[in-house]
Order: sequence, then C-alpha cells, then structure tokens
Amino acid sequence: MSSPSTCRFSDSHEWFLAQGQEVTLGITQFAANELTDVTYVQLKPVGTAVKAGETVGEVESVKTTSEIYAAVAGTIAAVNDAAVKDPSLLNSDPFGKGWLVKLQVADASPLAKLMDAATYDSKHAVH
Amino acid sequence: MTTATLHKTVFHGLHLEHGARMTDFAGWDMPLTYGSILDEHRWCRSAAGFFDVSHMGRLHFSGRHARRFLDKVCTRGILGMQRGMVRYSLVCNEQGGCHDDVLVYCLEEDEYLMVCNASNRAKLVKHFETQRADLAFKMEDRTESTAMVALQGPKAMDLIGRFSKEIPALKRYRFTEKSLMVVKLLVSRTGYTGEDGVEIILGASMAKLAMGMFLKDMGKADGVVKPCGLGARDSLRLEAGMPLYGHEISETIDPLTAGLDFAIKLDKGTGDEREGRFIGQDALQAIVAAGGPKRKLVGLLVEGRRSPRQGMKVMEGDRVVGEVTSGCLSPTLDRPIAMAIVERAVAEGKPALSVDLGRERVGAAITPMPFLKTVR
Repeated sequence: MSSPSTCRFSDSHEWFLAQGQEVTLGITQFAANELTDVTYVQLKPVGTAVKAGETVGEVESVKTTSEIYAAVAGTIAAVNDAAVKDPSLLNSDPFGKGWLVKLQVADASPLAKLMDAATYDSKHAVH
Repeated sequence: MTTATLHKTVFHGLHLEHGARMTDFAGWDMPLTYGSILDEHRWCRSAAGFFDVSHMGRLHFSGRHARRFLDKVCTRGILGMQRGMVRYSLVCNEQGGCHDDVLVYCLEEDEYLMVCNASNRAKLVKHFETQRADLAFKMEDRTESTAMVALQGPKAMDLIGRFSKEIPALKRYRFTEKSLMVVKLLVSRTGYTGEDGVEIILGASMAKLAMGMFLKDMGKADGVVKPCGLGARDSLRLEAGMPLYGHEISETIDPLTAGLDFAIKLDKGTGDEREGRFIGQDALQAIVAAGGPKRKLVGLLVEGRRSPRQGMKVMEGDRVVGEVTSGCLSPTLDRPIAMAIVERAVAEGKPALSVDLGRERVGAAITPMPFLKTVR
C-alpha cells in the first residue's frame, strides 16, 4: 500500500498535507499498524500555538503510548473529534477519516525538508 | 536477535498466510496480531480463537524419582496427582520468589510433563539440573519436538465435539490422549483466556496437518475459528485475572503476594513420608508466620479511557501505596482495568485510590478478580 503522494512524512511517522496556510496532520498507515489498535486519542485544544517539533497530542494503543509531533509551527485550527470518539479510525483510515489536527501556519515551507511518499514508503513498507 | 535467528514454530507459515504481524517473543518469531487485537479478543469471547502456543516450554520427566523431584521444585502437591490430571504450580527460589509458573501433567505415576513460560525455559532447565542431586529420573526438553495450540472460546468445545465425544466430557484441568489418524494428541481442558476450551500438545512433524482438519475454515467469513495472537492472549488473561510472569509474579514477587495461595502446599512434607519439602517452602512459611505478605495483588477498575501500564504508581491521596503490574482498556468491559500490587492494609481496606498516568491521575477502585465471570 502506498502513502498519498500529496503528503510529506516525518521520521516519527506523521503525515502532513499542506493546502495554502492550512496543514492537516495525522499518523501513517505504517505507524497505525505498528501501534496496533488505537484505543485513545488526546489532542491539544483549538487555539493552541505549537512550535515545530512540539506535540499536538498523543495516541494510545493496546501496546503503547505515542506522542504526535508537529514538524511545522502553527496554531491548532481544528481537531478531529470523530477520531477522539472513535480511535479505531486511526487504524481503519489513517490518511482520511483518522486525521488528527489542522494547523494554521504562517509558513509551510519547512515541510519540503520532510520525506516524500516514495522515500517514506521505501523505508517503511506496509505488509 | 535478528529475524533470521529467531525460533519458528511449525505454524509460522500459517501465521504469515493469515497476515500476522510477527514479534520477537522470548526468542521466538510469534504472531502479535493478525490485524486487530481487539477483534481477536472479542472473537475469542464470542466464538473460538486459535492460538499457537508452541513457544511455551515442554519438559518431560520420567523415571523412579520423577514425582519426588517435581515435589521438590513445585509448590503444589504432585504426590496425589493421578493420571489425566493437570495442576498449576509455581517453581520457587529459596527466597520464595518465583522462577516460573507452570502446568504439570501427570502422564503416569512416574511420568510427567511440565509446560513452562518460553522466557523461563532455559533458566528452569538449569535450575532443575542444579537441583536434581542423586534422584533417578530423566528430564527431556520436548519443546522443539512437539507443538502446542490452544482452542479457546464459547464455541471451542462444540468444535472439538465433532472429532471426539470424550473431550467435551473432560473436567477442567483434566486431559486425555487421543489419536487422530496416526497423530497422538494430548488434549487438556485448560487455557489462559478465562474461556472454556482446550490446549493440545502433539508431535511437531504432523502438527500442521492434524490441526488443518480443525482449522480448514479458519479465518473465513463464516468460519467459527479465527487465529488470535499474543496481543489478545494478554488482554484475555488480564480480564480473567490470571497472572503473567514478569508482571504479577517474578523472582522477587512471591506467590502469596500474588494471591496464588491455592497453588502452594504450605504443609508439604508433613503428612506422607514419600513427600519431601519444596524449594522456597521455608521462606513462604516464614511470610505466613509473620502475618502474611506485606503487599497483595488486587484488581483495579480505573476511570477514564487510558490504559494503565506496568510500573505506574498507585496512590492513596498523595502517598504511593503500590504499583500497576498489568493494565489495559478492557475490550469486554470497555473501560480501563489493571492489576496492581499494593500495601496489604490498602488491599484489605479498599480506600479510594488513584493511578498516576504521568500527566494526570485518575481514580481507581479495588475490585474482585476475575474482572469477568469466566469458566476458569
């Protein structure tokens, strides 16, 4: 399975989709598979300013707890309440209904330094 | 250890065919899950789950002093076991801590099989060699020459009943030996899920073929049996209140603390002259003589949605009174549960507690185990 080519990818397995000044982020299919069933999602509230490298929340699975990092500075403009209510969306549709937060950013250009889909998938194949 | 050097069970190919995510478990390449741990857990509670537990150690003891030796290393009474009986026991160190927890099968008066944890097998073999003294018996490690599976769940016995009328009539913790074509199966009504079901031990070479008869519809949409991995095995045993080595018992956690009194024959060696004392008996008797263990294992119902994890502190007010040994978001109860070892006064007084999850503390209440009404 390929990751979406419209996204950029971090070493910590987040995906980022920039549309103008808005950046949506979530976790990759590889990350969802590694975590196993996600059972809990906690996200920082709308309006929170985050620096690049800071967390926007955390997800818990049957196996482990994992923090979610923003690779770009911005302000949380929206959080996915559906994923908070039903964390299994992160397993079933991590690039779609399982998105986590939308950031309003001044500058999305730091994302260009992240991996593209082909590079990410070559390092983290989903079986 | 790299994947190439991991041990593989005879069902390794079957796991991959069913899309398993494999994990290194005590040096064995084992299925963690075939897709969803929660689905597998629920399937085992509602239908039947197939578990490959071939990684568990199987040690065979035979000879004139086999029974006497096992009574020396096991906390449970082995004298008095009859053919066809299975007993849960601890193997203790001199201080009363646990080298392992095991099942002992009485095959004959002078022939026994012990099933132990994969992670403790090498340690146990060494312990037994050290402790055998001049007793006349043979110990044979049959782990790799045999395979072991568990079939667990409310529909497991119906399924088994299609092949044998005798097996569904077995009592809990009893076993029988059956032949399926040319394959000899040792079938016990035991398990580690809290559900009814069996565990089957059979020769490694024919195991996949023999199990194929039970499992030909496994995993299909209308199949009754689905494969379950180690992830579900852990959450199932936790709901059933069963201890896991390295969590509820260990070299430094004795079985009295873990509430496993039923598996300790504290007066061993006082009645029948054929019975000696067991290793660790002095230490466990001293604990009882001093008024009992200082800490006790309890079940906790925890508030919120987060999973308590091993090592998290249990608090009464601002005072640390114990720590979590295992925890999960219970798939059946749909709320967090945990086992924890706490000060005995706390275990008995059952005050309001909290669990320190790191960034926050959440309320917790002591509850009887098992967390579910199960058949155990």
